Formats: sequence, C-alpha cells, structure tokens
Amino acid sequence: MSVLLTVSLLCLLAVAGFVLCRRRVLIMAQGDTRRLHSLPAYYGWHGALMAFVPALALMTLWQIAQPLVIESRLAGMFPEAMVEDTSVRTLLFADVRRIAAGLDAAVAKGTMTPDAAEELNTTDGNVREQLEASGVALGAEVLPETLAAAQQYRAAASMAGTVRSVLVLTVAVLCVFLAYRWTNPDFRARNRVERVMLSLLMLASLIAILTTVGIVLSMLSESFRFFSMFPIGDFFLGLTWSPAFQGSSELGFLPLLWGTLYISAISMLVAVPVGLFAAIYLAEFADRRVRSVVKPLIEVIAGIPTVVFGLFALVTVGPALRDWFAMPFGLGNSGSSVMTAGIVIGILNIPFISSLADDIISAVPQSLRDGSAGLGATKAETISQVVLPAALPGVVGAVLMAASRAIGETMIVTMGAGAAAKLDLNPFEAMTTITVKIVSQLTGDTEFNSPETLVAFALGISLFVITLSLNVLAVWIVRKYREQYE
Amino acid sequence: MTQDTATTPTGPRADQHPLLSGSTSLRRRKAREWRLKVYGVAAIGLSLATLFVMIFTILRDGSQAFYQARLTFPLVVDAAIVDKEGARDPAAMAKVTTVGYQRLLAQAFLAHIETSGVPLGDVTEKEAGEMISRDAAGRLRKQVLSDPAIVGQTITVNAYATGRIDGYLKGRVTRASAERDSLVTPAQLDLADRLLQAGILSLGFNSGFLTDPDASDLRPESAGLGVAIIGSVYMMVLVAIFTVPVGVAASIYLEEFAPKNWLTDLIEVNISNLAAVPSIVFGILGLSIFINFMGLPQSSSLVGALVISLMTLPTIIIATRAAIRAVPPSIRDAALGIGASKMQIVFHHVLPLAMPGIMTGTILGLASALGETAPLLLIGMVAFVTTYPSGPLDGGIMDPATALPVQVYSWASRSDPAFIERSSGAIIVLLAFLLVMNVAAILLRRRFERRW
Repeated sequence: MSVLLTVSLLCLLAVAGFVLCRRRVLIMAQGDTRRLHSLPAYYGWHGALMAFVPALALMTLWQIAQPLVIESRLAGMFPEAMVEDTSVRTLLFADVRRIAAGLDAAVAKGTMTPDAAEELNTTDGNVREQLEASGVALGAEVLPETLAAAQQYRAAASMAGTVRSVLVLTVAVLCVFLAYRWTNPDFRARNRVERVMLSLLMLASLIAILTTVGIVLSMLSESFRFFSMFPIGDFFLGLTWSPAFQGSSELGFLPLLWGTLYISAISMLVAVPVGLFAAIYLAEFADRRVRSVVKPLIEVIAGIPTVVFGLFALVTVGPALRDWFAMPFGLGNSGSSVMTAGIVIGILNIPFISSLADDIISAVPQSLRDGSAGLGATKAETISQVVLPAALPGVVGAVLMAASRAIGETMIVTMGAGAAAKLDLNPFEAMTTITVKIVSQLTGDTEFNSPETLVAFALGISLFVITLSLNVLAVWIVRKYREQYE
Repeated sequence: MTQDTATTPTGPRADQHPLLSGSTSLRRRKAREWRLKVYGVAAIGLSLATLFVMIFTILRDGSQAFYQARLTFPLVVDAAIVDKEGARDPAAMAKVTTVGYQRLLAQAFLAHIETSGVPLGDVTEKEAGEMISRDAAGRLRKQVLSDPAIVGQTITVNAYATGRIDGYLKGRVTRASAERDSLVTPAQLDLADRLLQAGILSLGFNSGFLTDPDASDLRPESAGLGVAIIGSVYMMVLVAIFTVPVGVAASIYLEEFAPKNWLTDLIEVNISNLAAVPSIVFGILGLSIFINFMGLPQSSSLVGALVISLMTLPTIIIATRAAIRAVPPSIRDAALGIGASKMQIVFHHVLPLAMPGIMTGTILGLASALGETAPLLLIGMVAFVTTYPSGPLDGGIMDPATALPVQVYSWASRSDPAFIERSSGAIIVLLAFLLVMNVAAILLRRRFERRW
C-alpha cells in the first residue's frame, strides 16, 4: 500500500474521529452545550488529532528506519570486502535501490511482468538493456549480487510497506476508539487539543535549528571523509588547484580564497560608495516625491534573480570590459574576469547597502541635525560630521553583511568570473572562487568516494564559516557600538 | 538669514554682506555640499542606468526568441517511404526512423522550390535540404504515427528553419560569419533571401518556445521552456505547501507563546543566521541529505522544492512575525477579556487580522525563491530533460525536471550563440512571473492593509 493511500485513509479516519467524538459528546450532554467543559468542536478535534498524530509519528519513524533495516539485512548478500568501506557500501545500495526502482517502473509500464521481474537474472541476457527498454538508465553493468539484492529489496520493501500501513491504520483506529471512550462532558478536550497544538507549533519552530544542524552535520561528515583521504595541511595551505580524476590532484584552497576575496573586494569598491551616496542623497536631500519613485526603483534591482545578472555579466559586461579596457591596454583577452564578476556583484549589492544605510541614516534623530545646523554647519558638514558618525556602526554592519553576500554569491561568478584557479593580481584575468568550484565539483556524474568530489564539502564548510563569522561580526558591531536614542 | 539682513537698515548692502556674497571659505563649504549632492545623484543615476541597460539588453535579445523562421511547403506523405508494407500497421510504420522522414521533407521542399520558380543558385540539393531543422522530421513522424490516415495525402508542413537561417533573418548571422561557419554557407543565405521573397520562408510568432521541451546543441531552433515552466510551477506550489504552514506555525509560536529561554534564543539566532547562509550551502545540504541519505530521485521537483523551502522558510518567518506583531495588543486584551483562551485569541483574531500581511510576505518570499538557481544546480536540475514530467497526481514531482532560472543558466553555457537569445527569452518569462507575483503582493497590500 502506498504512502499516499495510507495518508488518505488516515485523513478519512481523522474526519470520522471528529464526527464521532463530537456526536457522542453532544448526545451525552443531551444537546445542551452548557453542560460541556469545552465547545463541541474541541471534542471533535480531539478525536481527529488522536487519529492523526500518533499514527503519523509512527509512520515517519517507520519510513526513516525501514531502508536502514532492510539494508543491514541485505548486506549479508554481498562479499565482506564490498560492504566494509562505508562509501563503497553507500554507492552499492544506491545501485540496489535504483535497480529496484527500475524493476518497479518496468512492471508499472507493463514491459515486464511481475514474475519476470522477480526471476530476472544476469545469466539470461543483458539486464541493463532490458531495463533501458523500459526507460530506466543504469550507469554500469549489473552484478549478479546487486540484482539479487535488488529483487530481495523489492520483496522486503513491498512487505514492509504492507506491514507499515496495517500497523499505522491499526494504531489510528485504536486511538480513535480511545478518544471516543474518553469523550464525556467533563473531559477537558480544549486543554488537551491546545496542548497538542502548542507542541506542533513548537515543532515547526524547531525546523530552523534542524536545518542548521543538518547543514553542519552533512558538511562536517563528508569533510571528515575528505580529510581522511587528503592531508588537511595541503588543503588549507596549498597554492595550486588542479583536480585530476586519475588521482594525485592538488587541491589547494588558497587560490580559490584569493579569487573569492579579490572579486568581493572589487564588488565592495563598487557597491559601498554608490550605495552610500545614493542612501545619503535619498535620506537627506531628495524630496518626498523623488524618494517615493527612486527608492522602489533601486529596490527592483534586489528583486531580480542573480542568474539574470550572471547572463548580463556573460553577454554584456564581460565583452565590453574586454574590448574597451583589457585588450587596448594589453591586460588580457578574456571576457570572464575578476573585474566583470566584481562589478556585477557590486551592482547587485547596491540596493542592499543603500536601503539598509537609508534606514540607518533615517533613524538618526532629527535633533542632532537641528543642533548641528544651529551651530552654523552646512548640510554636508552635518552629514559628514554628525549623521554619519552616529550611523557608523549600522553602516559598517550593512557593509559586512553585503561582503558576506558577495562571498557567497554563486551564479554571477559561475557565469562571469571563469574557472581558472590562480593567484594573480591582474583584475582582467579569469579567476575562480570557492562557490564556482563547489558547483563544478558537484555537478554532473559524481561519485562520492573520491577526494575530487568530497573537496566540495570542505569548500562548503569553509564558505559557511567565513560568511557566518562575517554576519556574526556585523551583528556584534551593531550591538556593541549602537547609539541608543530616546 | 536673508530676512535678518534685509530688515537691518544700517547694515551693508545685501550683495556685499559676507554671509550672502560669501567668503571663500563659505563658498568652499557650499561647493562641498553641492558636490555631495552631485555624487548622490550620480550614484542613483548609475544604478538606475545599469538597471535599464540590463533590462533593455534582455528585452532586445530575448524578444527574438519568441519569433522563429519557418519554412512552409506542401508535402505528400509518401506511402512508399513511411509505410513500405502498406498495411497502415502502426508497429510496422514505427520502424521507419526520422532519417526516412528527413528525406521525405527534403524532397518535398526541393520540389516546392522548383515549382515556385526560385533558383537554387550555388546551393546543392543536399544543402538546401539541410536548411530544414532536424526537429521537423521527428515532428512529422509523430504526426504520421498518431494519425496513419494522412498517409498518401498532401499536407502543408510548417517546419522550423535551422538555427543559422533563423539567426540570419534576425541579424545574428551575417555572410561574413557564414564564411567561417561549418553549419551554413553564404549561398544558403542567398537562397534564404529568395525564399523569403517567395513567401516560403517567414518569420512568425513561436508559441513552441513556451511549450516545447529543451533540445540538443544541434537544434537550438526547437528548444523550448515547457519542462522548465512545469518544473518551476511544481516547485513553487510545493514550496508554498511546505513553507506556509510551517512558517506560520513557527511565527505564531515565537511571537505569541515562546517563553524567554535559551531554546527560544537559539531558534531566533538560527533563523536570522539561516537567512544569511549562501544559497549554495543549501544545495550541498539537499544533495547530501535528500538525495544521498534519503534516496530521493535526483533532479526531481520534489527535492528542489524541499531545498528551496528550507531556504525560504526564514524569509517567510521574518515576514509573518512582522505581520503578527503589527496586530495591536488591544485586540488580544479584548479577546482575553471576554474569556477566550490564548489559542483562541491567536487563531480567531490575531491570525485572520494578520493574514493579508502574511500573504504579502509569502508571495514576495516565493518570488525570490522562484529565481533561485545555485542550489538547484547541485541537486541535478541542470540535467538535460526532454520529457515532460507526468501530472502531479501520477508522481510527476518525482520525475526529472528543470526550472526556469536553471534553464537560463544551462542555455547560457551552451556554445551556440543561438542559445543566448533563448536564454534571454527565458529570463523574460521568468521576469514576467516575478512581475505578476510582485503586483499581486502590492495589490493585496493595497486592498487589505489596515492601519491601526
């Protein structure tokens, strides 16, 4: 029985629970709701929640545990050597699952009878071709053990699915029965329902923590595997990046870090002055009509997807810089360059800095400006000597956050910065960044057992640490140096 | 100041007063102010100019993707080629590959050129036949197989011309570039000119760009956004289904119920940090947890939606909390005063009143999620997908699909310049979706926003 069907049946049971419990309590109270502890609907909700929550929790646990249990039982079918190494084992079971799914698909499409799928073996004909005929692409030729395991897997999974559905539905029915038994006018249905609701609300808010834990754990575990294959010192201090899939690749982090920082620095050189001057003008000089038109227009830039900026870098900015600057001055002939990516990321960050800085400048109290004007300062002097110093911590915070965004930006650098990892000073050369290399090491056919692939996780965690510390620093500066005005 | 000096009768004449005529130092100070203003205007002008240049280039390049060169000619569906046995048996007819149909198309095309009296010039018959897109044979084959009754009849074929001919009509391919190109000769371009005059070749609106699936490097003319649009729609619907309940629930908890303790603080810190994590990191998370650990299918809209949901959740929580906070406490007090429980206050009063704000925030969050590309590259959505995913109830969310922004990227990285035009066209479609969502959010806010 499929998951979808089970859940639909659960929903039906929940509706039944709602109706039954509500009816029962109304009958018991002889239709007089004043005798009830809670409003009638709460008794109904209690029934519905009892049907749904325990059964669904059981099902979730089962779904998580089922593949693990089946895999550990199937591991016995393979030679010891194949299942010893965890990474090989993961790949092996990925194959098993894929073949099982392929057999399922073949049966569903009718190109294979259920019996044929169970009796298929590697001696009679090419399994790969047979599966391909039903639209399932397999990478390599199928080992007899893998095929047998896949067939076992299908059998076990289908049996486990039936057991799960029966169990889940039984639990749901039992719980509805319990809820029905408990229902009487003195039953504190509202309190119970509200308690369950509160814990559901809390669970939802815990997802944020779970996501962070997931990010850190997934990257840490794979990074550890990477560092067990590749010396950590060579990674963090290596000066060359040249992955070679035959082995003996050099995976030095520093060229990537240099490219990232160089591009980010150029982007900040564009975004900070432009963003700040725009914010100062909008907050201090522009009249309200101009402001109400220009501010949303600048914020439109922030709403445009980064891949659009990427194409702009690739098609417009890159060739323009190459033809007008790099070639005439003999600085290179590459359309994708540090300069291209830096300028475009800078444009992307202008609205970010300008709207944050605008808010911060506007938050400086008018009394400070009035006081300064009263002493005879011009508006410009007021801004540069009174308003900006008062707004400085916030502005620095905004700049740091923009820098963190520039470092983590992916699409613009993928399309505009190039793929060559080098330590160079010429801004018209193509260089590469951490994010570009994460993309290039993880797209396409990847096998998760070579350092060339796993390095992406080490890069990912480095990126995560860099951007996170910039953000934490930004928050810390704002908190520590912020002026509190009444 | 002006008034002060003007009403002082004993003072020096107005234009000689140092405050008005200005000492050099005052002039310098005024000049600084003027400069600051100029910098401000220049900064704004620069950013807006870039925005307009960008939009302009994209509209200019992309609008061309909606037009396509087509060759129109009559064709006799020759039974001798498509159905050698003459039994009209679909199984037997399916044995004829597209090569046979290609020959059929080329013959019909040449015959029509001849009857229209257009001279072939320096173009060989083979080269003339090659001006028809390779895509046309596949389409004709499908048409014949789905309706064997047309065998032997004369139908009008409206086939795409190849990408190079198309590019010539749009000005992308010139005779100079054709000299260096192995896919087109200048003589073919001359023939294209004559065919254009004869009305056989024409440039028309191309709805296939919005509905067709992607096509390989050799056939840029038939590449379309069909799969990408379906993938993006699936993903957005799923993201809304995943994030709205969870985001609203989390916001309610944090705003209305959460006690002030270390756990709440931890959640708060996590939410604000997650909003600042680079999107690519979420791609790594999706790859290792949803694909490698949970075994969900690569490049499926489901995995894409899960990853984007995790990314969008902080944004939606932040917007929802602001909307909930904007409901004044007096409403809560009044409800409490007539005996509502805390849960009833929230679900009967606060939530309905905050709904417009929540909806606006959600739509804006979804709009930014729609343009997200980087994490989708890592979970394999950049794959070359030519089959439509099945319907949402037939497990279509598990089928391989692409998304609009990913299609922009994958076309931009192809070598043929014809794909750049398609890439910009895809951006126009993407921006149209974003525009609709943002306008919806603005209208919603205008219509329902309440000032307390």
